[in-house]
Amino acid sequence: MKNNKNYFNFTFYLLVVPVLTWLIFMIVIPHAELLISSFKAEDDMGDMVFSFANYIEFFTQQIYWLTFVKTATYSIAVTLLAFDVAFPIAFYLTKVASKKNASFLILLLLIPLWVGELVTVYGWMVLLGDHGVINHFLMTIGIINEPLNLLYTNFSMVIGLLYMSVLFMVIPIMSSLASLDDSLIEAACDLGASKWIIFTRIIIPYSMPGIISGAIIVFMLVIGDYLAPNLLGGKHSLWFTEQIYNNFLTTFNWNEGAAFGFLLLMLSSCVIWLALKLSGQKLDKVGS
Amino acid sequence: MNNILEIKNLSKHFDDFSAVKNVDFVVEEGGFFSILGSSGCGKTTLLRIIAGFQQESEGDVIIRGQSMKGIPPEKRPVNIVFQNLALFPMMNVRENVAFGLKRQKIKKSVIDSKINEMLERVGLHDYENKKVTDLSGGQRQRVAIARSLVMNPSILLLDEPLGALDRKLREHMKVELKLLQKEIGTTFVYITHDQSEALVMSDKVAVMHDGQFEQIDTPRNLYKNPKTAFVAGFVGDTNRFELQSSTNGSIMTKGGWKLQQPDLNSNANELYIRPEALIINPTNDLIDVDQFNVTIKTILFDGSNTKLSTIVNGSAEELQISLPQNAQFDDITEGSQLKVGIHHNDLKCF
Repeated sequence: MKNNKNYFNFTFYLLVVPVLTWLIFMIVIPHAELLISSFKAEDDMGDMVFSFANYIEFFTQQIYWLTFVKTATYSIAVTLLAFDVAFPIAFYLTKVASKKNASFLILLLLIPLWVGELVTVYGWMVLLGDHGVINHFLMTIGIINEPLNLLYTNFSMVIGLLYMSVLFMVIPIMSSLASLDDSLIEAACDLGASKWIIFTRIIIPYSMPGIISGAIIVFMLVIGDYLAPNLLGGKHSLWFTEQIYNNFLTTFNWNEGAAFGFLLLMLSSCVIWLALKLSGQKLDKVGS
Repeated sequence: MNNILEIKNLSKHFDDFSAVKNVDFVVEEGGFFSILGSSGCGKTTLLRIIAGFQQESEGDVIIRGQSMKGIPPEKRPVNIVFQNLALFPMMNVRENVAFGLKRQKIKKSVIDSKINEMLERVGLHDYENKKVTDLSGGQRQRVAIARSLVMNPSILLLDEPLGALDRKLREHMKVELKLLQKEIGTTFVYITHDQSEALVMSDKVAVMHDGQFEQIDTPRNLYKNPKTAFVAGFVGDTNRFELQSSTNGSIMTKGGWKLQQPDLNSNANELYIRPEALIINPTNDLIDVDQFNVTIKTILFDGSNTKLSTIVNGSAEELQISLPQNAQFDDITEGSQLKVGIHHNDLKCF
């Protein structure tokens, strides 16, 4: 009996120790350190003291909070766009395409992930540049005389963000839709529902957990992304991660960088909480 | 009574086989019509064609005298209760029942009173705000039926709705469904592989086999006077014998058992006898009854369904006989001899 208990304890710790180590050393301590350093600033003597200066700086400099608001709105917009693109794909792959075709198509969808974000971003630069594929094509067939200004705009930035994140919306929606029994759709049809009603009252509510978990992943990926806004958005893009980057690596103001990092964390937490509230979903259901 | 549903020469061909072959039948208004068949006989396909989810290859479905050709499922005056019920899991009981009515242009007060009436009728009024996933099997059943019935369909189609329930509940729901149908008077078309469901509930039963109807009859006639060998073997328990010869009103099985059967179908080669048609210890004055002796091999005890497994004396034929559980036959033991009789009409030859 006693041996048995020891054995249980040993396996229990074997499983729990890596989890706790990871949580404490990789999540809790770094964030605590970040939080503490965000409340520190140099005083007139050049010593580090407790201060709200970093946060005050954020609210008093228009450029900072404008960037903040823009990052939030664009992230939400990209998430909504990702849903528009992802839902038909997910629906086609789970309900229309044959099993064999579907797995092949999913493989195709995964290709951009294999080559990495940097390569796909450069790919978009080649496509969208002034002398890029699209402009060259449009000028050759004579639709335009001067190249369209596609690259280094909000448009090219949104395309890039969408391209790298849309798959993370497709997969959770697919797993929701896979468990949707076709007889539910037939039953709704039998009860006189139009296609629109079936879509809005049956299919969408049924796949809501998948939609929300996809939306959370996409939103977090987009709001914390650096490459696409920086390379595709150019000088005008003003993504909040760039401000954080500047603080850490250009002006070497790590304390302000820490404060900005925390503000970004607050922002994404608030938006996700709001999204869960508005859609009536529970975190445990969405997370599964 | 007039016919609410007419199926005319209906066939459904798939690439490599035909699920439904030249099926013809009518259903009377207010009737309870069952289609009985084993899985894969085409009964679900037939039901889906009536509901409009599948297109017939040939023939026509006529409801209240109107052809249903080209009319989509949502416009047909029929509703279907699915095998897995297909309740909407994200809605509560009331929302499920209200779903169909909300699609029509009716006043909200009218909808509300219709739903209340229907929930009251199926005994779910206290559960209207419960999630359907929290209900028991029988309650989910009633939600599915209420959801369809509240649409006031000309015909309610039921696709083996009792299949998922345990035995006790199924027995209970059988009676409940029959009473509900009588009370509201809607025509039910019910498909099942369970002969007891079909026999207990229906006014008329069609036995379907390999895409075709073998016989359409009342439950009693189907049991008493099967028209084909398949029906005789499929409906109820039965003893089946292969015939060696049949001449001059007497028949001989392959196992060497001789019996009298005056009105014999001359090219018959199968004989069916129901276990309960056999009379144990018949008196000698019975008319048209063949009497013979059997040796009891084993008693297969199964409560009210108990049977004797016997060998007919002077032959190799095994014969099962129903044994009523009453004091009269308590002294019957394994290995003993028994006198048994069978009426000529209970010898079914095909």
